[in-house]
Amino acid sequence: MISHLPVLQVIVPLMAAPICLLLKRSQLVWLFSLFASAIAFIISVLLLQQVMTSGVISYELGGWEAPWGIEYRIDQLNAFLLLIISGVSTVVLIAAQTSIEKEIPKEKHTLFYILYLLSLTGMLGIVSTGDAFNVFVFLEISSLSAYALIALGQDRRALWASYQYLIMGTIGATFILIGIGLMYQMTGTLNMQDLSQRLPDVAQTRTVFTAFAFVIVGVCLKLALFPLHLWLPNAYTYAPSIVTAFFAATATKVAIYLLIRFTFTVFGLSFSFTTLPLQELFLLLGLTGIFVASSAAIYQKNVKHVFAYSSIAQVGYIVVGFSTSTITGLTATLLHLFNHALMKSAIFLALGAVVYRLGNVQLSSFNGLGRQMPLTMAAIVIGGLSLIGVPLTVGFVSKWYLLTALLEKGWWPVAILILLGSLLAVIYVWRIVEAAYFKKPLAGSVPVKEAPLFFLIPIWLLITANIYFGIDSRLSLKVASAAAQSLLGVSP
Amino acid sequence: MKDLFAVVMLLGIYSLLSASFFVAMDAVDVAFTEAAVGAGISTLLMLVVITITGRSEKTTRHKPLLALLVVVFTGSMLIYGTFDMPYFGIADAPIHSHVAPRYIQESMKEVGIPNIVTSVLASYRAFDTFGEVVVIFTAGIGVMALLSVGRRPEENEKTTAIDDSMHEQYLVIRIVTKMLIPFILLYALYVQFHGDFGPGGGFQAGVIFAAAIILYTMLFGLTTARKVINQSFIQFIAAAGVLLYGCVGIVSMLNGANFFDYNALASDPVAGQHLGILLIEWGVGCTVASVMIMIFFNFAERREMQQNNEKINNIEGDSL
Amino acid sequence: MIIGLYNDWVVVVLMMIGLYIVIAHGNLIKKIVGLAIFQTSVFILYISMAKVEGGSAPILAEGIKQFSNPLPHVLILTAIVVGVATTALGLALVIRINEAYGSIEEEDIQHLDNQTQDETELQATEGEQS
Repeated sequence: MISHLPVLQVIVPLMAAPICLLLKRSQLVWLFSLFASAIAFIISVLLLQQVMTSGVISYELGGWEAPWGIEYRIDQLNAFLLLIISGVSTVVLIAAQTSIEKEIPKEKHTLFYILYLLSLTGMLGIVSTGDAFNVFVFLEISSLSAYALIALGQDRRALWASYQYLIMGTIGATFILIGIGLMYQMTGTLNMQDLSQRLPDVAQTRTVFTAFAFVIVGVCLKLALFPLHLWLPNAYTYAPSIVTAFFAATATKVAIYLLIRFTFTVFGLSFSFTTLPLQELFLLLGLTGIFVASSAAIYQKNVKHVFAYSSIAQVGYIVVGFSTSTITGLTATLLHLFNHALMKSAIFLALGAVVYRLGNVQLSSFNGLGRQMPLTMAAIVIGGLSLIGVPLTVGFVSKWYLLTALLEKGWWPVAILILLGSLLAVIYVWRIVEAAYFKKPLAGSVPVKEAPLFFLIPIWLLITANIYFGIDSRLSLKVASAAAQSLLGVSP
Repeated sequence: MKDLFAVVMLLGIYSLLSASFFVAMDAVDVAFTEAAVGAGISTLLMLVVITITGRSEKTTRHKPLLALLVVVFTGSMLIYGTFDMPYFGIADAPIHSHVAPRYIQESMKEVGIPNIVTSVLASYRAFDTFGEVVVIFTAGIGVMALLSVGRRPEENEKTTAIDDSMHEQYLVIRIVTKMLIPFILLYALYVQFHGDFGPGGGFQAGVIFAAAIILYTMLFGLTTARKVINQSFIQFIAAAGVLLYGCVGIVSMLNGANFFDYNALASDPVAGQHLGILLIEWGVGCTVASVMIMIFFNFAERREMQQNNEKINNIEGDSL
Repeated sequence: MIIGLYNDWVVVVLMMIGLYIVIAHGNLIKKIVGLAIFQTSVFILYISMAKVEGGSAPILAEGIKQFSNPLPHVLILTAIVVGVATTALGLALVIRINEAYGSIEEEDIQHLDNQTQDETELQATEGEQS
């Protein structure tokens, strides 16, 4: 069975989804999806172990060898991403039953879990596959389920946000489809490994150049990189809390994975960073993104909006690390993928707990919440500190590596800008801390109790992981740097 | 153009034209699907939505200069990209010389069916097709999550009454349709089984099958159709289709081969391929047909609900 | 050389018409129509690159030597299905938006959203003052 792990990773949640439709009872479906997701997580741990000890795993679907059939190809990078996605999914699912009880009508609970599992399947599929067209298919599975999940939010603005996301997402996916088509036209193959060997021969043609541009723009639409980020804040804000916690930690990460995979593996470093001014472009967009999104976050009245904008800013940091294209920079990027997943899922889960008790997340409703929901608010504060990059949290580790990478390159003005960006994070986090701990509750507001246990367990699991990896980052660092080295073609 | 009805009809015509274009380009399977889906199902769904939302577009005053700029830029980028493309129809272009020749030369030996598109679709790239089935399933679940409403029995009786009186007018159409439907269903089965030899297969068959049911629904009313096919049965078929497809892969895995390796399904590899393709085509057909019906039912149900509400409002308005 | 690429140019023009409708039009159904045109044109791009001069449909039969490339056909079969799935979901969203907002024009919806935004903020500030 061990040799089938790569495909089982995707098949387990996939097959679980239609089974859920047959189970029908909401409680049962919840346990079953939790179980499926946990199995996916265990598989990803085993896969990571296997990859770290024995190198790249290739699995031929249907028994057809690579360029003719579809290949699953797991290297350090994929395995790391698989671990993040399935891990976050499992932890978030623990709180799901409690949270959707208040946010989604009862008869739609089963459908919610099915869509959730399908979305998980889509993301795992994108990350595992070594075939460019297969990426598109699984991208659509994850996107379609994402649109439906977001539209399940209570507010009618969720529908509008979901529609906008659908339009943007479909344009992005179609751009990727055009890019893949052009690549295929020039090389005659769809397998990524095969593409990377055949593309250099035709690298100087205008068609390949266009293909590259289309793939990158398509991925950036999905990634919500500034200035293509407009769909994200409302989608995250009005979606059901569980969905936000899941997507904030995983969806953009998958897009970043695609960006890395296409620029480094498929097109190759020399093409991606020499034929196009990609380095400067991403640096510029990343930095602008950090500042625009962070400043926007400061002025938001809805706390979910604050953290949604902060997600866009974090994408900026990730892209800046990526644009250095050095081993340290890439390590910082990958570390930040992992770390950001830890902080954002914890924060959005905690916000879900607030919604559960209060019914909304307006900043003014946070007044005095520090006393009423101490554990939840403490989690938000630690998550916020981590976003700023305070030592002893994971945020510090990735910022540290990012700064080191920038200084290695001699880009010290950028490093200063990054530090300034962190100051903006201090402001928006402080506004929440101020409301929760230093303001009196609103007159006439009913005092609330601490969040239920099913919220506190996953939140504090994530926070503990946050602090643990903030102090002892050897494990995550080892995987991230191994992945970065393999991407840049340096043998470890 | 401000009339959405015309817009949708033109889209249908565009789809049909591109389908005939696909035939001219030798892509018969694709043409079949595009005609059934683009010109058929999606046009139909759009028409249903227009009856709900109203058919005229509001005039807007702002000038879409930015949009024009984006489009011109993207377009010129693409035109720029075309300059190094291989010319149209040249036989030694890279796409015809690397991966594809094996499909053309070896598929008869390795898979054993004459339709190369089907053998690539169902065997070499079976996982893509599995993904496609899951996409359709996702869409079905998504539409259900968005649109499904709890059943309200009193309202149903009212609608039946209205429908019956209405359909008296369409007597001829109803009889002709009644005669046609068995043939459509038979044709769907033919397409399902004939996919190995000619254009067709599970997907097209599923759409045609669904079309027959939809035709029935349009003429005899949703409530009558619901009596024939109820919601939970449809859901069961949709899930069963995906599971059937996946189980073929799992069985081949249990037999010691890779996922979707049909060679392991029977002692003779080619017989195994035949069996595998037959089974997965059934999985595709079931899921596609039931999801299409499910989507249409949900759309139609919303429409009925809205019309009922309007009627009630009108009656109340009159009595005031 | 012009003749050899004309098919691509036609496709590009069609694609851009679709994309323009998506971006420029405010009506939600029209946007989805635009998406459909955009996607269908991409299908044509794929299919036209599969064509081989003198080839025939890729179904093996006696006496035929030259076939068009079957792989793009397979890919586009999948893509058509993805397209209709997106269309169906998009239309379902339009129905819900129409029910929730009473309009399917982008302008109206944005206007209504801004109003609700203002109202919630107003309530929040009132709460703070009291």
